[in-house]
Parts: sequence; structure tokens; C-alpha cells
Amino acid sequence: MYKHLTPGALPSSMQLSSDGRLRHFLTIEGLPPLLLEEILDRAEQFLSLPEKQQKKAPLLRGKTVMNLFFENSTRTRVTFEIAAQRLGADVTSLDIRTSSASKGETLLDTIRNLEAMSADMFVVRHEHAGAAHFIARYAAPHVSVLNAGDGRHAHPTQAMLDMFTIRKHKGEFPPLKVAIVGDILHSRVARSNIHALNTLSTGEVRVIAPKTLLPVDAEKLGVKVYTDMDEGLRDVDVVIMLRLQRERMGSALLPSEREFFKLYGLTEKRLELTRPDAIVMHPGPINRGVEIDSRVADGPRSVILQQVTNGIAVRMAVMAMIMGSGGMA
Amino acid sequence: MKTVIHNARLVGCSAEAPCQARSLGIAEGKIAFIGTEPEGFNAERYIDAQDNILMPGCVDLAAWLREPGLDHKATLASETYAALASGITTLTYQPEPAAMVGNSAQFNLIQDINRQLGYAHIRVLGNLTQDLQGERLSNMGGLKRAGCVGVTNGWQPLQSLRVQRLAMEYASTHNITVFIYPLELALAAGGLVHEGAIASRLGFAAIPSAAETVAVAQTLALIEMTGTRVHFCRLSTEGSVRLIRQAKAQALPVTADVAAHQLFLTEMDIADFNPLCHVRPPLRSERDREALIAGLVDNTIDAICSDHQPHEIDAKLAPFQQTEPGISALETLLPLTLRLVEQGDLSLAQAIAKVTSAPAAIIQDPAGTLQLGAPADVVLLDPDYFWTLELDSMLSQGKNTPFAGWSFNGKVTQAWLAGRHIYRME
Repeated sequence: MYKHLTPGALPSSMQLSSDGRLRHFLTIEGLPPLLLEEILDRAEQFLSLPEKQQKKAPLLRGKTVMNLFFENSTRTRVTFEIAAQRLGADVTSLDIRTSSASKGETLLDTIRNLEAMSADMFVVRHEHAGAAHFIARYAAPHVSVLNAGDGRHAHPTQAMLDMFTIRKHKGEFPPLKVAIVGDILHSRVARSNIHALNTLSTGEVRVIAPKTLLPVDAEKLGVKVYTDMDEGLRDVDVVIMLRLQRERMGSALLPSEREFFKLYGLTEKRLELTRPDAIVMHPGPINRGVEIDSRVADGPRSVILQQVTNGIAVRMAVMAMIMGSGGMA
Repeated sequence: MKTVIHNARLVGCSAEAPCQARSLGIAEGKIAFIGTEPEGFNAERYIDAQDNILMPGCVDLAAWLREPGLDHKATLASETYAALASGITTLTYQPEPAAMVGNSAQFNLIQDINRQLGYAHIRVLGNLTQDLQGERLSNMGGLKRAGCVGVTNGWQPLQSLRVQRLAMEYASTHNITVFIYPLELALAAGGLVHEGAIASRLGFAAIPSAAETVAVAQTLALIEMTGTRVHFCRLSTEGSVRLIRQAKAQALPVTADVAAHQLFLTEMDIADFNPLCHVRPPLRSERDREALIAGLVDNTIDAICSDHQPHEIDAKLAPFQQTEPGISALETLLPLTLRLVEQGDLSLAQAIAKVTSAPAAIIQDPAGTLQLGAPADVVLLDPDYFWTLELDSMLSQGKNTPFAGWSFNGKVTQAWLAGRHIYRME
């Protein structure tokens, strides 16, 4: 039993099997660029499926995917369900908050029980950073773990669907300037996007936020930091807006929604500072009039709904690649 | 039993009896001679300590011994024996919400259990406030009369600076040292790791260095006001070291300690979400770590302690944020301290003093020095014994250590408590 109390592998290294293929998908950090490209290429193949009469590619037939949501997120859960179903898997979604955890069962016991029900893959959403890594470390060898968001740490499939959307519109990454705007401090999407953009050799990655919403030493994440929105938006090719949680106002991080929108909200006028063909992205759900103006959210440069569609293809790609890694053979 | 230990290298003698001698005699529980065996001593036992170091038993300023109240984590029996086998002959008991020391009955219970065991001395810190609630003052006068060597609220917050000021004034009335864990709660704001690049990368809520430094500064201002003797527990930041250095230069009545693990681990060690590195205060930056060592070298930091916090296995088998902080650290206190000597940071005599005479002075204990008439709490250390820490071999009930697999030079081979020979390495 004591052997459990020894440090585990780094999250980045435990994701790959000995032959370099995807075993778990916990974080973008540390993954090789070729593997990210492969996810994007595979997603491309799945994107056209819904237009065909046969929408399914039964690569996961006979497999059981369990969506373990320790934190509520209907939208993300549904996209994982659809992705797994299109791959032919049996899918079970569990809202853990209202079940075993509330009865005092430890996370490890919950996982052991679900493994005993012949799960092949856990899709995990959890409020604590590192939870998916913890589950991956202690899960049975035949079970793979896909991180659907852990605390403020990572949301790797969201990052890959964002990369997919960018590539569809902009092509290669090296010439691009990408700005991520808003609550960087609390955003797992921002962290994963930063890692993905840097791994794909994006020309310049910027973050734009007031200092209260920036992590300490943000530059060490590999970004240029701007506190002035107008300055940060100048000449960028892609703007990724982040959702601003309203409770930030009450916690002294920001004075008011009004001031935030005035200084950091994306309006049509501000959008003129970007390159003429710049696209606007948002992980959703959006706060109209808080971080983004409706005319921008619904405007011609917005690709927000395409991100949702692309999300299913990307999640199918990741699941299919994990199946092929040998971990679930 | 009258015993003579000869052929040893003595370390940790007093200024009056320096360590050129190679023999030490024990009689009636005390050190009877250092140097030449007096005529008529009539020893019953001679121990040849060739190539070994003879030193005072370590005095650990911080051990969370769990019993009574949290016996599933550890017991006084398991932990005091682990301590003795690791060269620690005196442990300072820390009150915590599940194991408080608010009256003489609670104090006596701990001492009664330990007296029957007899593996190590336990010195006790009493509650600073009633039930450690941080609102009303504890019966400090009574706690001192019962035998508490100081008072503390541990990591439990005080309601306000006013309560702290009054607690310090009342403590000084009774000439009791107040042990302060410096942390400004509002700045810590639910954080659990050091605020820096790693926390930013992993997305953890973080504790800025200023949360500790501000608390040190506030307490120093209150010391100037009240004259209370204060011991600062578990320093972790460069800023705290700087402030304590200034305070000592002004001759304020302050002392300070650091946990041994803070001298070897940094924020980098949590990069794999290793819950064994979840400690309080959090592991800080490399710059802080270097400042802590510099603070030891110039005696800004008086003592090194274990900050021993044994846990049951489940307390660490969860995502980082849901694990309990702390390291099972009795068995690494002396080995890590000796590693500072190997690294050239401290001389052997300085390093030994940091875990013997200096902490003993802080709790005003007669132990910690090899001097005539002092209690014969002594240990023999084989400085060349090379060993690796393995979880299965640990004697503490808590196996929660990030140092498993680390190799060390130097191991305690024999130990005496009040003249009784009660440990020999198998």
C-alpha cells in the first residue's frame, strides 16, 4: 500500500505510451507538436461525418465511455456524449456531485467501483487542478482518462478545438498573432490554449487583462502581457475572448461589469484595431455586454458557433487516437 | 547504570567544556564526566564508539503527535520511538483542534501516557486562545504552572490583531514565549501553494510571500509595543528572514525556526501534483530557499525543526487540493541537517547546534548540550553509514514523505534517554 505514496510521473510524460502514442489526454503541456497536428488532421476527417447519411464511425464499438462530471457543465458533457456515440461507444454520464461523493466515498473508491463496471475510458470534469492526473495515475491499466477540465489547470480538448478552428480559418500557425483576453488567472482554457499555440509555433501569443486577472509571472507561460486592450489587439489575427464570471466583481478583482466592458470588452470599434480578416472566438457561454458586444458575437468575424461544431470532431479524434494507443486494446 | 562511552568524536559541548575529549561518562541519568574517567567512577559498562560521533539528542521544536484525538494518524508510542531511533530525544508537542492543550488535565494526560512509554521527552506548547478559537485568551498562567514551555495558536487564525496584542501582553505577564505561525489570512485567501510561476502554470490558488512577511512585520510591531518574547515558527520567505535579521539587530526578543524540508524542496517539487509536497507554509522559490539557508548561517534563523505531521494513507491519496498538508519528518530531521554540512553550508558543530542547543534554549530546556550535570540524553551517530529512506522501513506511523528513495550519509546507531540505554540499531 505504501508504494502509492511515492511521487508520480509528470502529467505530460504519463500521457504517452511507450511507443509515443496518446494514452491519456490530461494537458497540452509537454505534448509534441506532431501529435497536436495529428489530432487536428484526424478531426478534419470526422468533421464531414454529420453531412453524410451514416453519421457514425464505429471505432469505439463495444467500448464503454463514462463521463464523470464532478462539476456541472451540460454543454461540454453533451459534446463528449455525442462524440463517443458517433464513435459507436456505450456512453454513461454521471453527475458525481449528487451521488457517491456526497455520501463520503473517496474519489479513489468511486473510480475503483466504476472500473469494476468495465469502463474503458473516463472523461473527467473536476473542480480541482490535477484531479484528472490523479485519476489517470491510479486508474487500472486498461482505462484511459480524458481531461474535460480540472480546476484552473487545463482543458485540453477545448484548446484543440480552438486550434482546429484557427487552422481552418488561418492556415499555418507561425505567422499568426493571437490575443487571449479577459480572466486569464482563473481560466483553464487560457492555460491550455497558451500551451497549444506555443507548441504549434504561433508567431506571437498575447494575453490582455487587468493585473488582478493575470497570474503571477504570466510571461513565464510564454506570452506577451498587455494590460491595455487597444494596444494588445493591434494587428492580431485571432482574438480569443474568455468568459468573465460575475462573482469576480464581488471579490474585489474588478470594480464593475461596466468598467470591465468599457476597458476590456470587445466592441466593433475595438475590433478595427485587429487585422481586417481577424476572427473572434469564445469558449462559451458568452456574457453579452460584459466581455463581448452582441454585434461582435453575432457578427461576420465571429466563429463562436463553429467552435461548438468543431468540438465534436476534435473530441472524436482524441478518443479515437486514445483507442489506437494500445491502452484500450 | 554507570556507563563510559569512549573513543568517540564529541560534538555539541558547552563553551565551558569544549569537545577535545573523546570519552563521556553517564551516572544517575546525568553526564558525570567528559574527558578522563575519574578515579572510583567504577563504570559497569564501556562502549567503544570508534569512528562514531557522540552528540546530544536532538530537540525538535515542532512535532504534531496526534494523540490524543487523532490516533488513527499516529500515537505517542509510534512517534516517540521513531523520534528516538532518529536521534531526537525531546519533542515539542503542538496543540491542534483535535488535540488541544487548554488546561492542566490535557497537559497531564499527554505526559502520563508518555511517561509510561519513556522513549523521548515531550515538552508541550499550550493553547494561546481558548479552544484555539482565536477569540478569548487561554489560561496561560495555569498552563505555565502545569509545565507548558510556551503557547501558540498553531495555524488557527486569531480573530484580530487586537486579540494578538492582548494575548502577547498576557503571555509576557507570565513570562511565557509565544510561538507565532506567521500568516496574514486575507492575503493567503484560500491558497495552498506558493504564488509563483508553477502555481500560475498549474492553476492553483496561491499564497503570496507577502502573506507571511506582512504577518512577521505586524508581529514585530507588537513585540516593540509589548516586549513579549516571540518565537517565529516555520519561516519560508526571503522577506521574513530579512525582517527577523533586522529585529535581532535591534535586540528585540525574537527567535525563529525553519522546517528541514524547506531547505531542500521548492515550488518545483509540486509540478507533478505530488501531494507529498503539500505543506504549510507552501514550498517557496529557489531564492527563498537560499535565503533560508543564509538565515541559518548568520543565525537569523536559530533552529531547524522537523514540523513532523504524520498522516494516514488516505489523507494523501486524493487530488492535491483535497489532501492534508504535512510531511512525516522525524526520520529525516537529522539526515537533512547533516546534508547541509555535506553541501558546505554549515560546519558540523553549527548544524548539530541548530537541532540541539539552539532549540533547547528557545524552550528553556536543559537538554541539547554535552555538559557536566546535564541530562544524559545522548546519541551515537555513525557519520559514514550510507542508507536510503524506504517507506516500509519507517518507524513513524505516517509514511507521508517526499524523501523516500533519498540516500543519506550518517545514521544514529545508539541512543540514551536520561542515562538509560534504550535504542540500538539492528
